[in-house]
Amino acid sequence: MDMEAAKMLGAGLAAIGAGLASLGVGNVFAKYLEGALRNPGAADGQQGRLFIGFAAAELLGLLAFVVAMILIFVA
Amino acid sequence: MRQFTIEPLGGTAGWEVAGYNIAFTNSALWMLITTVVLFAFVALGMKRELVPGRWQMMVESLTGFIDDMLEANIGKGGRKYVPYVFSLFMFILFANLLGLVPLGVVGVHPFTFTSHFTVTGILAVISFSIVLGVGFWKHGLKFFGLFVPHGTPLPMVPFIAPIEFISFMVRPFSLALRLFVAMMAGHLLLEVLSSFVIGGGNAGFGFGLLVGVPSFILMVGICALELLVAGIQAYVFALLTALYINDAENLH
Repeated sequence: MDMEAAKMLGAGLAAIGAGLASLGVGNVFAKYLEGALRNPGAADGQQGRLFIGFAAAELLGLLAFVVAMILIFVA
Repeated sequence: MRQFTIEPLGGTAGWEVAGYNIAFTNSALWMLITTVVLFAFVALGMKRELVPGRWQMMVESLTGFIDDMLEANIGKGGRKYVPYVFSLFMFILFANLLGLVPLGVVGVHPFTFTSHFTVTGILAVISFSIVLGVGFWKHGLKFFGLFVPHGTPLPMVPFIAPIEFISFMVRPFSLALRLFVAMMAGHLLLEVLSSFVIGGGNAGFGFGLLVGVPSFILMVGICALELLVAGIQAYVFALLTALYINDAENLH
């Protein structure tokens, strides 16, 4: 298999990480909404932590994108 | 990917200073535009009326938002960081939003300078330097106690401390990477979808309807998402900076 094809295949496999990250991000928002609907008064106070959790989960998904980019354009 | 290239406006000849080329690029132009727009935005809200008008209300709500965020995350000592975190937040927010402005119809191509790792890297390095500076200025060498959380049993310390150290050193890198990849991925997605629209249109009327129209509708949705992501990424950068400063100010 030549190098170019192997790189493209690797990048395609790395994109699976984006789908897994979407599970993580959905998890963060789902738990927040569940808690917020049980205790609406406490919801606004925790919004900051919601966005911190979202940023952390999103970052790991974006790392998969970075691997794909490195494979296509750098390696 | 051509939308991300940095082009010197007016050539690179004759702009060498000490071995580095400092030609004025499109990235620098958009940084200048962002600064001017931001300055105008805040300046127009500085009328200081007792009953604020709408513009003053907008500026005050943004400064109040950052003030509250710093007080919630750092406590009383957070107020002295409001100038820095406010500037950081507004600069990144305006940079992200100005990159999405649809000026393409009149021929100007907006450039999101936060979609380059160099720019976001510098912003993250500035935040991290402030964290390190504050930490060592306030606590001296006790700052290294940050890597040993309260109440860890002594046999665990040689395992926990290196992990904490690595996770601390990754912070500026992750700050920069998050903003850079979010912006780059968004613009890349819009470019790919627009290439579908153009390709579908070029391939005849049938393909144009089948491929072009759904892609265009998706583009509109993704643009709305990009506006949201622009705001969220700016907020997350500022929020994480505030959290890291909290780690430096109040050791755990």
